[in-house]
Amino acid sequence: MIGDALLSRLVRILVHPATVLAGLALTIALGQILGQSFWVTLATRAAILALAALSLGFVLGQGGLVGFGHAAPFGLGAYAVLIAGELGVREILVLLPAAFAAAALFAAATGALALRTRGVYFIMITLAFAQMAYFVFAGVSALGGDDGMSIAGKATFLGAKFLRWDVNTAWLALGLLTATFLFLSRVQHARFGRVLAAARDAEERVAALGWSVYRVRLVAWILAAGLAGLAGALMAEQTGFVSPALMNWHRSGELIVMVVLGGARKLSGAIVGAVVVVLVEEFLGGVTEYWKLGLGVLILAVVLTRAVDLSALLRRTAR
Amino acid sequence: MIGPILVLDDLVKSYGALKVTDHVTLDVGAHEIHALIGPNGAGKSTLVGEIAGTVAPDAGRVVFAGEDVTAFDPARRARRGLARVFQTSRVVPGFTALDNCMLAAAVTDGSAYRFLAAMAGEKRTAERARAALDRVGLADRADVLAGSLAHGEKRALELAMGLVQEPRLLLLDEPMAGTGRTETERLTELLASLEGEVAMLIVEHDMATVFRLARRITVLISGAVAITGSPDEIRADPTVRAAYLGGEVAR
Ligand SMILES: Nc1ncnc2c1ncn2[C@@H]1O[C@H](COP(=O)(O)OP(=O)(O)OP(=O)(O)O)[C@@H](O)[C@H]1O
Ligand SMILES: [Mg+2]
Repeated sequence: MIGDALLSRLVRILVHPATVLAGLALTIALGQILGQSFWVTLATRAAILALAALSLGFVLGQGGLVGFGHAAPFGLGAYAVLIAGELGVREILVLLPAAFAAAALFAAATGALALRTRGVYFIMITLAFAQMAYFVFAGVSALGGDDGMSIAGKATFLGAKFLRWDVNTAWLALGLLTATFLFLSRVQHARFGRVLAAARDAEERVAALGWSVYRVRLVAWILAAGLAGLAGALMAEQTGFVSPALMNWHRSGELIVMVVLGGARKLSGAIVGAVVVVLVEEFLGGVTEYWKLGLGVLILAVVLTRAVDLSALLRRTAR
Repeated sequence: MIGPILVLDDLVKSYGALKVTDHVTLDVGAHEIHALIGPNGAGKSTLVGEIAGTVAPDAGRVVFAGEDVTAFDPARRARRGLARVFQTSRVVPGFTALDNCMLAAAVTDGSAYRFLAAMAGEKRTAERARAALDRVGLADRADVLAGSLAHGEKRALELAMGLVQEPRLLLLDEPMAGTGRTETERLTELLASLEGEVAMLIVEHDMATVFRLARRITVLISGAVAITGSPDEIRADPTVRAAYLGGEVAR
C-alpha cells in the first residue's frame, strides 16, 4: 500500500547516516544558539560513543571479529590524554595522535595473540585483555587508581584555548565521527576492506588465494582500536575526567549492543545504534533507574522479530 | 632440463591409529598433468591438504619449485604459485562471480593494503578476472552473486579463480564432482587446453577425464602409493585392477 511504502521510506531516511549526522549538527547548533548546554553535551556524548561504536562495527561487521574488549582502547585513549596532561602536553594535535597510538599499540600486542583464536575463545581472550587493562589502571595510584582523576586542563588547538568551549569539543567530535565514517566507507570498498570481508565469509578460500588473513585482520584490529582511542581522548576532553570505569566490560558490551542494534553489516548501523542507545539511556534513565530494562526490551524486540537491525524492526512494526 | 614443480618426500600423516598418508613419495613435472586416483577414503584430499598447507604432515617434506615449503602456511604457498580448487566449492557467497575472480587476480597485482581506491575501479585486475571468467564460460554470469550460482557454475568459478592466479601448479580436488556430463566434458577440454601452460595435480573419480588428461597417474590405496605410471601401465597393472579399477577400466 502507498502508506506502507511511505512509512518504510520515512524510516529509511530517518536511519540514514546523513540524517543522523545532520541531526547531531542541528542539535549542537540549536543548543548553542538557544543556550541549551545540555543539548550540546548530549550530542557530543552521542558523537563520541558513535565514533567508538563505528570503529568496533568495522571489525565486527566487516571483519567478523566479535571483540568483547573494545572499551580498553577507548579507555587507553582517555588515559593517554590524562598522562600527557600530567606531562604538560595539552595540544590537541599531539593528544589525538598519542591517543590513537596508545590504543593501537595495545591492540597490536593483544591482537597478535587474540587473532590466533576463533569464536568464543576470541570473545573471551579480548575480554580478558580488556579486564587486564582495567585492573592495571585501577592499580596505578598516581593516576587516581580506582577513582580516576581530572585531566590537567582542556586541550589547546595550535596554542589557542579552543576546547575550553564545550561547543568546540562538540564540533570536533562530530567532525571526527564524520571523517571516520567517510574514511571507513572508502576502506570498505577498497582492496583492504574487500579482502577483510571475504575472509569473514570464506577464510580458507581467501588464505588459499594467497592473502595473509591473519595479518589483514591484525591491521584492521589495530586501526579500529586507534579510532576507538580517538573517541576515548574526546571523552576525556568532554568530561575532564578519566577513570578505569571507561574500560569497564559493561562499556564493551554496550558498544556491541550499539553495533548490533544498528545492524552490523552496514557501517552506518553503529552510528544509528549509538545515537539510539544514548537517547534511551538519557531519557529513560531520567524516568527510571531501570533504563537498561528498556534497552533490553528493545534488543529483545529486534531479536524476537528476527529483524536484522533496528531499521528493519521499525519498518516491520510500521506495517 | 627443468626440475619437477612439486616433490613429496616420504610424507607421513596419521589420524590416531589410522595412517592416512603412508610414506608417500611423488613428483609432478614442470608442465605435467598428473592424476591422483584411489578409492574413497584413500587419503587423496588429505594429501592435497598437505600440499596446500592446510594439513600438517607428521613427517616428510613438501618441496615446491625447488624450495622446501613444509613449514609455509597456505597463503605463502599460494604466493609461490600454488593454486587450489577445493573438492567442495568455497567461493565467497556474498561476492559476485567477477568480485571473486578479482579477489583471486589481485594477489598477483599488489598488496592487500590499499585503503582508499575502490577495488571495483582496478582496471587491470578486472580485465584479467573477466578474461578468466570468459575462459570457463562464465562471462555472462559475471555480476551474479557466487552464492546463487548453480553447482556446476561454482565449480567453473573455482577453476577461473585458480587460473587467474597464474599458478605454476594447479591443485584440483575432484573439480568435476557433481557437474553434469556436458559440463564435465567442457571443463575437461578446458584443462586439456592448458597443458604445457601450467602443471596440474588432479584428483578425479571420473576415469574418462583421468585418462583424457593425465600423462602419469598415481594410485593411492590406504594412504600408500600403490603404483605410479603412464595411463597404459595403470590400465594394465593387475594389482590396480583388482584393488581399485576393476570394471571401470574395462568399460
Ligand atoms: N581431520 C580428520 N580427522 C580424522 N580422520 C580424518 C580427518 N580427515 C580425514 N580423515 C580420514 O582419513 C581418511 C582419508 O580421508 P580423505 O578425505 O583424505 O580421503 P579421500 O581419498 O579424499 O576420499 P574421497 O574420495 O571420499 O574424497 C578417511 O578415512 C577419513 O575419514
Ligand atoms: Mg577427497
